[in-house]
Amino acid sequence: MVDYIDQINQEQVKNESNLFMPGDTVEVYQKIIEGNKERIQVFTGIVIAKKHNKNQEYFTVRKVSKGVGVEKIFPLHSPSIEKIVVLKKGKVRRAKLYYLRERVGKKSVVKEKR
Amino acid sequence: MTIGIMGEKLGMTRVFDKKGDSIPVTVILAGPCPVIQLKDKEKDGYKAVQLGFKEIKKKKISKPLLGHFNKVKIAPLKYLREFKVEDIYTISPDTEIKVDIFQEGERVNVTGISKGKGFAGAIKRHNFAGGPKTHGQKEYHRAVGSLGATDAQRVFKGKKLAGHMGEDKVKIKNLEVVRVDSERNLILLKGSVPGAKGTILTINKTV
Repeated sequence: MVDYIDQINQEQVKNESNLFMPGDTVEVYQKIIEGNKERIQVFTGIVIAKKHNKNQEYFTVRKVSKGVGVEKIFPLHSPSIEKIVVLKKGKVRRAKLYYLRERVGKKSVVKEKR
Repeated sequence: MTIGIMGEKLGMTRVFDKKGDSIPVTVILAGPCPVIQLKDKEKDGYKAVQLGFKEIKKKKISKPLLGHFNKVKIAPLKYLREFKVEDIYTISPDTEIKVDIFQEGERVNVTGISKGKGFAGAIKRHNFAGGPKTHGQKEYHRAVGSLGATDAQRVFKGKKLAGHMGEDKVKIKNLEVVRVDSERNLILLKGSVPGAKGTILTINKTV
């Protein structure tokens, strides 16, 4: 029998999942609709986690804004995501970088991959 | 009532709408359902349309039922359901009811058999509170409690007790149609519907 649910999920796939890895610094361009107006919001930060549900991936971006840590979880294939730009490749030894939440100052900086 | 359709629950997933919001949907393989019989008031006493769903091998059904299908020259089908329709003459025999009778954004009611829970206690079946967990309690955690007053000297009929739960006919009303795929005979409804995967459902338009 044909797996129709798999087909429906497959049709919604938009972005490639290996575009970026945890530790990378990315810019996420997100479309935001307010009433009739449409604008683009840019969220810049470090990717601290990726969830690999088949064809339904999610990723978490963390940044520190005015001393307050902010995290946003994006569905990778959401139509509201205009584009994702990788600014820096990070050098990390874990898949989930939740340890960054407790770090401040110089320790919270992820080394760049060269 | 207008005519509905029969379908098989395939499972749940999520789709995105135009705004980018994620919507939980149930995917149902609905139709095509051939019209087997039209029942009218003079002959049968009531007006209804009988539909069939899901093809089956010839040897799997009884000979009298095979004769019923041979009358309208349709391959044997596993499930038969009746839909009470007021003007049956608008539906011509030897046609197929397909999923395109529904449009996106429409509201529907879905009927099916819910998942069986077996012999369930009063906490699960009737949302009883149970007994205290601590403070010297022994073996009185999930008990029913009092069955009634002492002067009645009997337990009243309809007292909520433990027993068989689930496998009931359940109707979920006012579900939104998110998408209709007439090529693959799929209908996507917002939210959940009764039963496990593979449950046969009937989908009706809301009146």
